[in-house]
Amino acid sequence: MDWFETWGLTITVFLPVVGALLLGFIKRDNEDALKRTALLVTALAFLASVGVVIGFDYGGTPYNTYQFEVNETWIGAINANYHVGIDGISLPLLVLSTFVMVLAVIYSWNHWEEPKNPKAFLILMLILATGMNGTFVALDLVLFFIFFEIVLLPMYFMIGIWGDKAPRKVPGFAREFETRLYAAIKFFLFTLFGSAFMLLGFLAIYFESGNVGAERTFDIPALTELGAAGAFSGPGNFAFLVFGAMFLGFAVKVPMWPLHTWLPDAHTAAPTVGSVLLAAIMLKLGSYGFIRIALPILPEEAVSWAPFIAILAVIGIIYGSLACLAQTDMKRLIAFSSVGHMGFVMLGIATMTDIGINASIIGMVAHGLITGLLFFLAGSISHRYHTREMARLGGNIKLMPVLGGILAFTAMASLGLPGLAGFWGEFMSLVSAYNPLDGLSLGVFRTAMVLGAVGTVLTAGYMLWMLQRVNLGEPSAEWEGRQFHDVDRFEMTAWVPLIILIVVIGFYPKVVFNATTDAVTSLVDAAFGTDTTAALSSLVKGG
Amino acid sequence: MNDLLLLAAEEHVIEAGTGGFWSDTAGIMLVTPFIAFLAILAVGKRLKYQGGEIAVAALAVNLVWATVLFVMNMTGGVLDTSNTFEIARIGSNLVFELGWVVDGLSIMMYFLVNFVGLLVFVYALSYMHGDVRVPWFFAAFSLFAGAMLILVGAPNLVQMIIGWEGVGLASYFLIGFYWHDLDNVRAGNKAFMTNKVADVGLILGAVILGVTLGTWDFAALDEAAAAGGEALGAVAVVAGLLLFFGAMGKSAQFPLHIWLPDAMAGPTPVSALMHAATMVTAGVYLMARTFPLFEHLATEARSWMVAIGAITLFAVGLLALVADDIKKVLAYSTVSQLGYMMTAVAAGGYTAGLFHLFTHAFFKALLFLGAGSVIHAVHSNFMQDMGGLRKAMPTTYWTFLVGSAALAGIFPLAGFWSKDEILATLGAEGYTAVMWIAIAGAFVTAFYMTRCVALTFFGTYKGHGEPHESPRLMTAPLIGLAIPSILFGLLNIPGVELPGIGNFTEWLGVRVVAMGDHHAEAIDFALAGLGLGAALLGIILGWAIWGKDRLSQQERDRFQVPVLYPLLRRKYLVDDLALGLVGATTGPIARMVDWTNTYVIDGIVNAVGGVTKWLGGLVYNGLDQVGVDGIFNGLSAAADTAGSALRKMQTGRVQQYASGFVAGALILVVLFVFVI
Amino acid sequence: MIVNQFLILAAAMFALGVFGLLVRRNIVLILLSVELMLAAVNVNLVAFEAMHNTSQALGQVFAIFVITVAAAEVGIGLAIVLLIFRNRRSANVDDLNVMRY
Repeated sequence: MDWFETWGLTITVFLPVVGALLLGFIKRDNEDALKRTALLVTALAFLASVGVVIGFDYGGTPYNTYQFEVNETWIGAINANYHVGIDGISLPLLVLSTFVMVLAVIYSWNHWEEPKNPKAFLILMLILATGMNGTFVALDLVLFFIFFEIVLLPMYFMIGIWGDKAPRKVPGFAREFETRLYAAIKFFLFTLFGSAFMLLGFLAIYFESGNVGAERTFDIPALTELGAAGAFSGPGNFAFLVFGAMFLGFAVKVPMWPLHTWLPDAHTAAPTVGSVLLAAIMLKLGSYGFIRIALPILPEEAVSWAPFIAILAVIGIIYGSLACLAQTDMKRLIAFSSVGHMGFVMLGIATMTDIGINASIIGMVAHGLITGLLFFLAGSISHRYHTREMARLGGNIKLMPVLGGILAFTAMASLGLPGLAGFWGEFMSLVSAYNPLDGLSLGVFRTAMVLGAVGTVLTAGYMLWMLQRVNLGEPSAEWEGRQFHDVDRFEMTAWVPLIILIVVIGFYPKVVFNATTDAVTSLVDAAFGTDTTAALSSLVKGG
Repeated sequence: MNDLLLLAAEEHVIEAGTGGFWSDTAGIMLVTPFIAFLAILAVGKRLKYQGGEIAVAALAVNLVWATVLFVMNMTGGVLDTSNTFEIARIGSNLVFELGWVVDGLSIMMYFLVNFVGLLVFVYALSYMHGDVRVPWFFAAFSLFAGAMLILVGAPNLVQMIIGWEGVGLASYFLIGFYWHDLDNVRAGNKAFMTNKVADVGLILGAVILGVTLGTWDFAALDEAAAAGGEALGAVAVVAGLLLFFGAMGKSAQFPLHIWLPDAMAGPTPVSALMHAATMVTAGVYLMARTFPLFEHLATEARSWMVAIGAITLFAVGLLALVADDIKKVLAYSTVSQLGYMMTAVAAGGYTAGLFHLFTHAFFKALLFLGAGSVIHAVHSNFMQDMGGLRKAMPTTYWTFLVGSAALAGIFPLAGFWSKDEILATLGAEGYTAVMWIAIAGAFVTAFYMTRCVALTFFGTYKGHGEPHESPRLMTAPLIGLAIPSILFGLLNIPGVELPGIGNFTEWLGVRVVAMGDHHAEAIDFALAGLGLGAALLGIILGWAIWGKDRLSQQERDRFQVPVLYPLLRRKYLVDDLALGLVGATTGPIARMVDWTNTYVIDGIVNAVGGVTKWLGGLVYNGLDQVGVDGIFNGLSAAADTAGSALRKMQTGRVQQYASGFVAGALILVVLFVFVI
Repeated sequence: MIVNQFLILAAAMFALGVFGLLVRRNIVLILLSVELMLAAVNVNLVAFEAMHNTSQALGQVFAIFVITVAAAEVGIGLAIVLLIFRNRRSANVDDLNVMRY
């Protein structure tokens, strides 16, 4: 299987976009062929990622080494290469991405939002898949940036075309907007705003790498090596600002308070599958960027920014949960819950410890599974009732026991019930916040820990309240005499794997940690553990 | 186990057994209920008892293991093994494990959960017959059993948290079992939320303890404590108090007890097993598991815990006097008894608290099942709809009477011995004032149980229809629970070793002795007499007031039959005095506590809920939508306005554009030629 | 060598082209005006080459490039004009303001 060592990741990343091309040749009205092709392509991409999982060497490989690595010259003039590879940090996220994509295609089978057009929708989904998979394996800043930006476009169109058409009043404007247009533009602009700064940061690092190293490079492993030696942390606040620029780019995507306001709108307006992909995978691109790029390349600056990140993360937790308590729209509630959950992820990262970063990775995976499933459910519920207003719902579990049961299960998973996947991320990020990296303010982080724990109570509060309003009680008179069909087989096929994974990770988190722990530990050791000044001088002298 | 502990064990000539096959496979107990859960969801609907038989079968299998281990622990030396497997490893030092512990403490709980659980499940087969959603009932009940066994079998704090929240989840499901009525849903929410608040303490305590020790293993905690506690230092007080706060929630300690009476909204078997016998004792169990922390390291915090336990056992016990719902009487009583356990464990009475936990489980489950049997017959929860059921329901009556007597602490039933042990411990540990409160509590207990029995089984029947004795499937578990309620107190008579099997103190295992637990070596007859006296006084007074409808009879006589009035008045002069005296003191106090409970504590909870919701609205509507979002909307509005103005230039006429272009070019030419 | 005559010729041609571009209403004539401007540029290119005499004939090369591009441009331009005419029965630019805001 030598060829797979070199081609595995490329197949995983580019198969979907090849599939998108194939779909272009199929007639628009041949819906079955379109769906089958899309399913086949995503399933093959998933299988390829499974192949990567099987071929992955879990033994403690040295820091900053990547498997399934490919490094070919791409744009020689600026020394940008097609450099992809995978390590324990990106492996779970890559698999999550390919996996959720398959389920999304299965779910779309009979859930087309107006104005239908499965061909266009599937093509966008496949392009999205390539962008997301690519971001997780890119080892070159230019490549990373391109994949990072590719995902914007399909999502923009998904929201803008298939989104919610209801008019929406926007404070500050006299006229009303269609929700989908407002949300799509907001989403696009917000992310682009962040990305602009991120690109600036990347370029700054590129030019600086020429000053401190052998030659200018966008190569992440090479920059990581320089970063671990503290090469960018010279006098002055250059590196501090560079980290700030990257922070903006990643933080918008996460999203961190107060850059989160695009998220509720985008989620509420997006079609179901769009919401699912947005929540399950796209939000992780930001936090993954922190772990893959910002932390290793600029470790000292990461430490100086850490308290700030932790404070924003905790504000996000409390704030998101409080905002949830005020929601009347089910999808909007779930969207705000993402702000809170990603707060835990960021709190873990902010501690700069191996426990914290492991917590954030499993938090990302768990949030992807759980919130993805919640959006599936919210989509199916609004598909049936044609409303997301929780005041009009109620007694759902009586009308549709299976759907209601799965909703209850997922809500429990979302509030961090121990024994389900969501628990580990929250618990371990609290553990890490109690003992952050040496030198970080204990006061800030322990306060963050306590507030985070209070946040779990609020989370339980709004989730139970949601269950009460959607699931329990008697159905409102509005639905009397209406026949609702319970979960159909496509929904079941899409959801059951998620449910099983949520339970399996809940009871056996090793499936994730097995991959991550060595990579994270060596990252933390290299970035924050060694005497950086000594390492720097040896590196600069030695070239 | 640590050498020190073994050393201590050898001094007391307790040899540790291994349990062999049975303890190696004890983990099966932790799994079967979950299998049952899935099986019931899958096929429950099609079975005769709608899945109940699967639940019963699972616990029956479990009971085999529990019993064998229980007997081995009694006869073959105390067991102390644990089997674990790793579920996660972070770096080189942080390990998460699941597994099961087989030691005296967990064996006691295995036996308790499976024995009481099995009887309650059997009872439920009949009790729930014909009710709505029976498969879901048994599935959730099995889920509870599984989570509870995970909790008690936990070798480390993290697994305990998994079980802890698992039982909370099952509790939420089952309290809100009749979810078509939103009141029940709210009761479930209240239970879950109250517990969740307390869980903040548990989780933070676990975090602090785990990070400090580097592991969550209880064994490591024992070792750290035995080594003198340097490893823990000052955090022990913080961690201990936080864990205690967590325990206060699950074990319904004042002022977090408020959820338990509301939890009676669930079906009665649920109240019996979860909200009386097992789940609510999880807090006490947690304290026992982390006992070394409290015994050696968190001594500064102990008086707080004892005080909270004492308030609970007395103040909440008084509430039982004014409740009309028979299940609420029992619920308040449960809270009060949990107060006893907490007080005992916090005061250092490891054995005393656990022994009361053990005996209480049997007689309180018995009382709840008896109450369920009555409710089943009269279709009402309220005692004013009952009365005189003694004749109609003899088995229920006699078993209920046994349970009440045991709860009241009447010699020689189980409750007498365990309560006496608590009193002795409090005295010996120097908490004399608390000991007197506990004696007063014994009086109150006997008092309200007498009222309960009198109103339910004596006097005339005031409800509708003809009440009948419940079917055999329901009465058999009552008898099954009545026997241990009578006998199990004898397992731990101070200073008495039963031939061949020793006594309860020894079964609890080596760590008790090593931790310097107080255990009375002989019966303190004066104290025992005092406790019994208080209980008897309670019964006499209670009977005088509520016995056989006498008071209401008198009132009826006073207005309807004037001739008999003076006689009756003379006859009941004592009763009147007692009623006046007791009514003037305990009544208002109880009512005041009830008022505080309803308006102050509940009020605070509701206010916090309301304020939080209001705050949520404020944050969302005020800050988020107007402030934060407003900035972004403002920016884009500005861009929009500018764009509207500028787009007028786009006339669509090519030649206008070209003119502009040429004009621009000309300006550039002028600049280049004449200016530069 | 004196390049002034060539430059004056080119400037005149260019000015004529600009004039035509701005005042003509017929698209075909506008295109012709553009061609005239391009031709003016070509004259300039060749004239400057002759003046500097780089011996690489750069000016001529550029001029040929321009001619090629101009040919392509006219091809596409006329095709568009044809389509517009077919659809609108008119080749007057004033009728074509669909690209307005």
